[in-house]
Amino acid sequence: MGNGTGIGRVRGLGSARHGAHHWLAQRYTAVGNLLLVLWLIFSLLTMPGLDYESVVGWIANPLVAVPMMLMIVSIFWHLRLGMQVMLEDYVHDKGLAFLSMLLLNFYAIGGAAAGIFAIAKIAFMGAVE
Amino acid sequence: MARTSSRPLSPHLTIWKWGPHMLISILHRITGNGLALVGAMGLVWWLMAAAMGPEAYATFVACATHPLGYVVMIGLTWSFFQHLFSGLRHFVLDMGAGYELNTNRMWSIAATVAAVLVTGFVWLFIFAENF
Ligand code: HEM
Repeated sequence: MGNGTGIGRVRGLGSARHGAHHWLAQRYTAVGNLLLVLWLIFSLLTMPGLDYESVVGWIANPLVAVPMMLMIVSIFWHLRLGMQVMLEDYVHDKGLAFLSMLLLNFYAIGGAAAGIFAIAKIAFMGAVE
Repeated sequence: MARTSSRPLSPHLTIWKWGPHMLISILHRITGNGLALVGAMGLVWWLMAAAMGPEAYATFVACATHPLGYVVMIGLTWSFFQHLFSGLRHFVLDMGAGYELNTNRMWSIAATVAAVLVTGFVWLFIFAENF
């Protein structure tokens, strides 16, 4: 482990002084997930139908599209932070640890971009004939 | 990590008697990471299918309403509520409360039971509405 020396920090060992921010952001996004995913579940349960037309019509409403985009950001940010902690616990090899963080970042940012793009396309262009 | 392999490690994971607090702790990790992979990919798939058009959406619906699709969706519902309740427990512990042995035990059991109950209610509602 790093002993707090300059070279230790350069090698990514020891404190990067990001711990408290990481921990807090995990909690902020947890509250975001709590509210927004409960809202999604409740909406899906009370919608008249989950067929293509109903779902696209529903998402196209700005009061749905915006919370849905926020939900995507909150979920992917939270899972980006959470999976990092899990990987740090189990992946000990330096090279694999680097690779796993690389893939996690691709997954989190790519997944969030795909989700937001899909919502935006539905909101701006409506149903596909 | 530097360690002399001839010296024993503390057998920290094997010597404890299992209790509800250990169960809820590992379930928080399993459900969180399950939601992060299966749940998040399923959500993006649903949105992408809706954005691509009726055919892609029909493919999604066919998979989701396959018996295995229901198993996955019920599993995700339970994972979400399990993670939600153990997450709320984290908030309480973060404030420095709830560490007394009996209180800890009681809330660990309560959160685990609540997750199963809410999952049951949600799916009973869905099946009652649709079948
Ligand atoms: C629905 C989307 C959600 C996903 C995909 C998700 C995913 C995750 C993941 C992967 C972790 C890391 C677990 C580990 O390996 O240690 C985590 C941690 C955490 N989650 Fe969630 N979560 C979600 C919702 C929630 C909700 C609704 C809450 C709050 C009630 C919550 C509260 C927490 C907390 C407090 C932690 C940190 C635990 C710790 O510090 O050890 N999460 N989440």
